[in-house]
Amino acid sequence: MAEIITENLCHTYSAGTPFEQTAVRDVSLRIPQGQFAAVIGHTGSGKSTFIQHLNALLQPTSGRVLLDGQDINRDKYARRDVKWKVGLVFQYPEYQLFEETVYRDIAFGPTNMRLGKEEIDERVREAAAFTGVEEALFDRSPLELSGGQKRRIAIAGVIAMRPEVLILDEPTAGLDPAGCAQILDNIRNYREKTGATVLIVSHSMDDVARIAGRIIVFDKGRVAMDGTPEEVFSRARELSLIGLSIPKAAQLACALRDRNIPLPEGIFTHERLLEALLAVREGRTC
Amino acid sequence: MLKDITLGQYFPGNTVVHRLDPRTKILLVVVYIVALFQARGWVGYGLVTLVTLLCTALSKIKLRSMFKGVKPMLFIIALTALLNIFYTAGTPVRPGWIITWEGIARAVQMMLRIVLLISGTFLLTYTTSPIALTDGLELLLNPLKKLRAPVHEMTMMMSMALRFIPTLISETDKIMSAQKARGADFETGSLTRRAKALLPILVPLFVSAFKRADELAVAMESRCYHGGEGRTRMKQLRLERRDLIALILGGLFLAGMFVLKGFGL
Ligand SMILES: Nc1ncnc2c1ncn2[C@@H]1O[C@H](COP(=O)(O)OP(=O)(O)O)[C@@H](O)[C@H]1O
Ligand SMILES: [Mg+2]
Repeated sequence: MAEIITENLCHTYSAGTPFEQTAVRDVSLRIPQGQFAAVIGHTGSGKSTFIQHLNALLQPTSGRVLLDGQDINRDKYARRDVKWKVGLVFQYPEYQLFEETVYRDIAFGPTNMRLGKEEIDERVREAAAFTGVEEALFDRSPLELSGGQKRRIAIAGVIAMRPEVLILDEPTAGLDPAGCAQILDNIRNYREKTGATVLIVSHSMDDVARIAGRIIVFDKGRVAMDGTPEEVFSRARELSLIGLSIPKAAQLACALRDRNIPLPEGIFTHERLLEALLAVREGRTC
Repeated sequence: MLKDITLGQYFPGNTVVHRLDPRTKILLVVVYIVALFQARGWVGYGLVTLVTLLCTALSKIKLRSMFKGVKPMLFIIALTALLNIFYTAGTPVRPGWIITWEGIARAVQMMLRIVLLISGTFLLTYTTSPIALTDGLELLLNPLKKLRAPVHEMTMMMSMALRFIPTLISETDKIMSAQKARGADFETGSLTRRAKALLPILVPLFVSAFKRADELAVAMESRCYHGGEGRTRMKQLRLERRDLIALILGGLFLAGMFVLKGFGL
């Protein structure tokens, strides 16, 4: 249905000028239908550049991107159609809001798809529900709302296209903890209800540990690690070498283990840590 | 895309041309422009072209980058050439044609003149950072302060504008990408459709530009900026020997051009 494959993807900015810079080097990945994957990496490691290839906003300098086995850059029409199938939410998407009302802004994508009026209306309401945007806000100007609300409206604007693959670039950047939790909840909810593939770019290990089933670590434009959270977080040393750290709960679990508190492996979230500590107190190990 | 616009772009480097004092370079560009307009015949144009090529080579700017700067003006250049070909009196190329040999010569010279004019000024912006450029300009215009001209304010505005052009361009790029991801189409459709398609770019761009301006004003005020009165510089500009040499060479070049003009060459 919606599987993304990249083959030896490379991207060089400003090729042939003194400002030439290779941002993505030889990335070959397969992201199967329905997966919840996270891309993490240091600032400037090429995450944003990489994901902009997945809906043909950027064309590879070399290599290919396949959606369901077909090259998304094969012609002009394919490049356009892939935008409906692969929804991309940019970093700080609230800066892209422009319409007079919230409703019309969310409807911008579906309108560009040339859908009927009823269909658009249905999708706008559905997307608003997914992202927790109350219908009471529909007639307000998006520019006068709070940062968190704007962010959710912008995400709704992409979800309204009902993409089979939803990609979000640092969706929680600059939000307060409550706002972060709410947005991550919304995204998880969207995936569970629609079965969409979700790819989330983040530099917060704590966020990622909580929600993603797979973690892809970028370093200097290459994929440095790729695996389940267990696999990736067990390589704490290597992660720290490329400037990343394991989730706080995992750090704490490590420190406790060093003090001979018998905690099991594979603790990455606060909830899991709490559970394990309670179990230890009751005298059993789980 | 947008980033390919090199207008006013600075290519960092460490050549003699880069190290010249910005004041020297601004003066030399003025000299260059005056000299260019003294060219009357092939010898004159040849000399200016030679000097331009020499300076380009000295500053290690690729000819390709130079051409990129000229590209946006191609239409105007072509138009000027066409008008000159058709509207110059002289001996027809063939009996009965309106195209004359003089017209062709004039057209080529006109094209050369525009290309050289652009190349010369671009050499300045290619090799001088915007900050240095406005600093140089401010110092050169300092005498005008006696006449109560707001020199400092003008150059400050200019350096800010120059500083924010790349930011605005990359922001435009980002907003365009974001709207394209929602299926916006900027390339096809009728003129009105395309004009309308600009709205999703312009609105967010203006919103953020105003916000940025506001933040900049607050940041400057909180660092006690209060205009040019008594301000000192971190990098003091000082004229070196190479500046003197460059100015002398520039003067000789100008004199040479006047001599050539006198002979009608
Ligand atoms: N539009 C652009 N033009 C030129 N270079 C860019 C552009 N966007 C990003 N880069 C460069 O590419 C590299 C990777 O950037 P990016 O993909 O944004 O990384 P990340 O999202 O992981 O922080 C950086 O070194 C950055 O400077
Ligand atoms: Mg990024």
